[in-house]
Amino acid sequence: MLRDALIQAGMNAGLATFLDILGGVLVAATFGMAWVLFGIWIERKVAARIQNRVGPNRVGPYGLIQNFADALKLLIKEVIVPRNADRPVYFLAPVLMVVSVILIAAVIPFSSVVIGTDLNIGLLYVLAVGSLGTLAVLMAGWGSNNKYALLGAFRAVAQLISYEVPMVLALLIPVMLAGSLSMQDLVRSQHVWFLFVAPIAAVLFLIAAHAENGRAPFDLLEAESELIAGYNIEYSGMAFAMFYLAEFMHAFFVAIVFSVLFLGGWRGPGAETYPILGMFYLGIKSMVVYFVTVWLRLTVPRVRIDHLLALNWKIMVPLALANVILTAFLFKLVPTPDYSAARAIAEGEFTGVASGLYRLLGPEFVAMLPLAGVLLVGNIALLVAAAALLRWLARRRRQEVEALVDETEYAPGVAAAE
Amino acid sequence: MEITIELLVFLVFALLTLAGGLGVVLARNLFRAALLLLLSLFGVAGLFVLLAAPFLAAVQVLIYMGGITILIIFAVMLTRGMVRARNVFSEQWDLAAIVSLAFLALVVYLLWQLQQGSSAALFAAPPPEGGLENPIAALGAALVDPAQYMLPFEVASVLLAGALIGAIYIARDDEVE
Repeated sequence: MLRDALIQAGMNAGLATFLDILGGVLVAATFGMAWVLFGIWIERKVAARIQNRVGPNRVGPYGLIQNFADALKLLIKEVIVPRNADRPVYFLAPVLMVVSVILIAAVIPFSSVVIGTDLNIGLLYVLAVGSLGTLAVLMAGWGSNNKYALLGAFRAVAQLISYEVPMVLALLIPVMLAGSLSMQDLVRSQHVWFLFVAPIAAVLFLIAAHAENGRAPFDLLEAESELIAGYNIEYSGMAFAMFYLAEFMHAFFVAIVFSVLFLGGWRGPGAETYPILGMFYLGIKSMVVYFVTVWLRLTVPRVRIDHLLALNWKIMVPLALANVILTAFLFKLVPTPDYSAARAIAEGEFTGVASGLYRLLGPEFVAMLPLAGVLLVGNIALLVAAAALLRWLARRRRQEVEALVDETEYAPGVAAAE
Repeated sequence: MEITIELLVFLVFALLTLAGGLGVVLARNLFRAALLLLLSLFGVAGLFVLLAAPFLAAVQVLIYMGGITILIIFAVMLTRGMVRARNVFSEQWDLAAIVSLAFLALVVYLLWQLQQGSSAALFAAPPPEGGLENPIAALGAALVDPAQYMLPFEVASVLLAGALIGAIYIARDDEVE
């Protein structure tokens, strides 16, 4: 749009294209940051309500301007650099952290037409870019020249690397169902939301993404009630604020990516014909997911580091692997939905209940229902089996412990009686 | 030679790759060397994009930059006395020089052959069917096709499984019966 207007105004075509792309990049990059100012307000309000407080209410109506005041405060604060810090590394770390999150915005389909670039490897790109954040953590820990920061970075990286495994395995499921890595194709193939087709994958992804982001209950990186801070202990002023910004933006983008992958993205009534509606739907869906993550963050107690890693390697990874195998098997078992036949029925002559159903609910939706039903049942069965296995294991361990307690407790008594 | 945008971008990424590689060799601080290795790998990822192989580029970033380099950094940080390397030259520099010179000779020879046109056939293999519209699907099919890359793929899997078992064996507690 911008490109055509510029060319009409007599500008060189190459330059116009460049400016067009530059404009798109600027919008995509600032969108996240601008959002954060507002998103933090929501988060603080929700947090306050959950903790029976009022939250920000002084600056502006309902405290809406509070975050601008805070941002200004952080901007004018002095950035204190440790004397022996590795300066280039120290200053690059927060920048890399923010960049790794902002880059995700480039492939998010906000509506059927509004997308930065529809890469055919979109989802892989999201993962690749996200893995750069891990590096920023290590750089921050090292660059600060502080052994506590370094220790914090080690812990953080152990957590981030571990949780990448179940996340990738969980994301395989939507890719398998859609047969594509492109974000736009992933949205378009969700005639039935993938949340209902692959609930295990959805929950695993949400947990893993939460852990990747390092927010409560997985906030061991900077457990504020136990440590002063983690890898970012030596950062102050705006450098610190960038880590903070990256964390909030990441939480928000996780909500968007979840909505895109499992809640049908911009899909909704009329979204194909009026793309602006799609943005609206995606906004509502991601806000719901965002609310759930904030809710989790404020109500679930922090997990211990060994529990954190055990949860990942002993439960989530095996479950994700079993889920991949099961889904692949069921997906091959059920015949692929015949969308063109369904469309033909819906557009053909009205013959009875069947064609009425096709028209009412949309032909693709009805055509996908058998597949979705089988996969849903399979998922539930897998979940029940996993729960039964866990229960059996836990019971066996408890019996072992109790047997041990019996021996040690009653042995002295027996000796005294003799 | 005409200067196109592709050429400029290629030069930028080539420069990144080479400067990063040179930095890895010359840096005295091993941590910085690891970060410069990252820069070099990033340059290679950019070159993959220029070659219209975005999948390889993403994998390069995900596995080499996000995975392997982090493991290298971990190893560097856990190694005492590796932070301020006094000697820039490795003790095996003579061996390394022979190997790299041999590799350089090989690359130059190949390029020269290409210039002469005698080995053009080697590089002008036809793209796999459907590979241009959907490179990822073509790659996936090629990896499980017995006529193409199934054997190397399985060999690599066996190698990785062996490495995994070896790692478990080494890391295992000796006290466990």
